[in-house]
Amino acid sequence: MSIKIEHLNKTFGSFRALRDISLDIPDGKLTALLGPSGSGKTTLLRIIAGLENASDGRILFGERDISRLPVKERNVGFVFQHYALFRHMTVAQNIAFGPESLPKAQRPPKAEIRKTVTRLLEMIQLPELANRYPAQLSGGQKQRVALARALATRPDILLLDEPFGALDARVRKDLRRWLRGLHDEFHFTSVFVTHDQEEALELSDQVVVMSQGQVEQVDSPTRLYASPASRFVFDFLGHVNIISGSVTDGWLQQGNARVSLPGVSVSGDAQLYLRPHEVRLSVEPGDRACLPFTIEAINLIGAEVRVELKPDGWACDDIWEVGISHGEFSRWQPARGDRCFVTPDIGHLFRNGDNRPETVAWT
Amino acid sequence: MKYQSHHRVGDQPWLRRVLILTAVTLAALLLAIPLLLIFTQAFSAGWDALVSNIGDRYTLHAIGLTLFVALLTVPLNLVFGTALAWLVTRFRFPGRKLLITLIDVPFAVSPVVAGLLYLLLYGRNGWLGSWLADYDVQLMFSWPGIVMVTIFVTCPFVARELIPLMQQQGTEEEEAAVTLGASGWRLFRRVTLPNIKWALIYGVVLTNARAVGEFGAVSVVSGNIRGKTNTLPLHVELLYQDYNIAGAFAAASLLAAIAILTLAIKGVAEWRQAQLLAREPADRNPQ
Ligand SMILES: Nc1ncnc2c1ncn2[C@@H]1O[C@H](COP(=O)(O)OP(=O)(O)OP(=O)(O)O)[C@@H](O)[C@H]1O
Ligand SMILES: [Mg+2]
Repeated sequence: MSIKIEHLNKTFGSFRALRDISLDIPDGKLTALLGPSGSGKTTLLRIIAGLENASDGRILFGERDISRLPVKERNVGFVFQHYALFRHMTVAQNIAFGPESLPKAQRPPKAEIRKTVTRLLEMIQLPELANRYPAQLSGGQKQRVALARALATRPDILLLDEPFGALDARVRKDLRRWLRGLHDEFHFTSVFVTHDQEEALELSDQVVVMSQGQVEQVDSPTRLYASPASRFVFDFLGHVNIISGSVTDGWLQQGNARVSLPGVSVSGDAQLYLRPHEVRLSVEPGDRACLPFTIEAINLIGAEVRVELKPDGWACDDIWEVGISHGEFSRWQPARGDRCFVTPDIGHLFRNGDNRPETVAWT
Repeated sequence: MKYQSHHRVGDQPWLRRVLILTAVTLAALLLAIPLLLIFTQAFSAGWDALVSNIGDRYTLHAIGLTLFVALLTVPLNLVFGTALAWLVTRFRFPGRKLLITLIDVPFAVSPVVAGLLYLLLYGRNGWLGSWLADYDVQLMFSWPGIVMVTIFVTCPFVARELIPLMQQQGTEEEEAAVTLGASGWRLFRRVTLPNIKWALIYGVVLTNARAVGEFGAVSVVSGNIRGKTNTLPLHVELLYQDYNIAGAFAAASLLAAIAILTLAIKGVAEWRQAQLLAREPADRNPQ
């Protein structure tokens, strides 16, 4: 079932937690709500579930306006950040709680509920833990039980608040794959909250980036990464290298650094954003740009070598990071303190006062 | 003096012994010996005398009235305390903090003062009392008055037990139950109640103990009419004033017995809870 959110606002006292959110969440897809702490992700998720009331705005499930509908008539499954398992019930009783809560007329017979529980326990690969209590489970097991409990009512929509937040990296990765598999099999509409950009990009079909109660960008992971729509999204999706300067006659200049800007005709102050993998390193300046650096640090661990650079003869707020292949590293053998130059392939130019980037490509 | 570095701070043997001795002596002097004395005094004239003292018409009536008051007070305060704890821990509303403070008023006010306030308000010449008197309703100096002040004096116990617990447990389990489609009643029965059960029992036990033993507030509003408005604690006082020492101690031993029973129930409640938490998975609901 698709979700449509129209001009949603939420205030706590005088604090505006959500500002004019409009959003389409497609049917049968996994959507990630991504944003820093306090950006309103949990609040939005709770409003979709009906656990919180919006101050104004509408929410539609499919064609139906459910803004005024109580939680239990929305048919959503909710997985809480800290699992919220019923502590005095066994795993099996936890999972059976949903079906047993149905009104008498709709409630399946006891035997059928038991079958559902068994099936779900198998699905979460924990059939031997049916009679354990939540206090006797590990974090990853609790998380899976919470998921099974939410799925037992056959919800149209599954909402997950930081489903893997409290787990260690290994378990997290396993569970992520497992959830993806589950989703591909059952095709419910899922929305999950995360502040981990890697998780959002890896797991979802669509990412909603939020900041300070507003939606910054909605896109597929690939499109989001390829063309972030604002400075905020850029900063949030991993490291980015920034040079600010003034643009004249198609060149950006600051100190003894300069970059050509093909296709840019206007002038004024601007910042150029360059991603670590969208630039190359060389010993001599090229004809596209002259960006001199000295090498600060070299990190060999990982799929590529990460080189940290300090500007030489100009200034920037944050150090630059560039990734080069291990092959290139051994050919070139750079060392700390060496001088080198950056050559850009693709860049994103923000004019002062403008929050929308202009893509610059050198070919 | 030689310094024994392997001892923890404060773990010198002499200090330990002194502390233990002090604690035991104080406990004996202040708690155990007085309790024991009540029973020795009650039994001093023999078993038959005790039975006849308790079997006295007025004493029997006092027992009946005391149990009747407790029987009305406990369920009322159970419902009131649970509802109040639910209200202040599950909802945010203006005046919530004030309400939490107000719950403690019966603890802060001396029971005698509470009794006087009720007399002032509901007595024959009181604001509400004079109006009620026009309809021939008399609350003070009869059992409704005793029940009212007892409810007032004991109303914080259940709420006070529940509020910290419910605050600490949070609302997440209840929210989970709602998203799973549970109705309000089912949510309370299956999710909230099991989590607060032992605190609730503890609150009830305390409420009951206080309701049975309350003296100050009740003595102001009861009028001490023998065989009519005399509760057990008042009766003990009355017998004592009459120099009927054996009778006074016989009645007092009943109150002490109720107290010991209360402690026993409380102990069982706590033990059951500890046992529940410590249960091994193998012992649980084998299928
Ligand atoms: N019940 C509440 N009363 C007052 N303010 C609240 C309440 N719930 C949330 N807020 C505020 O709303 C803002 C958004 O909170 P929310 O929990 O949605 O953030 P979040 O994006 O989920 O953050 P995190 O990643 O840390 O969980 C925060 O500034 C928070 O302080
Ligand atoms: Mg959150």
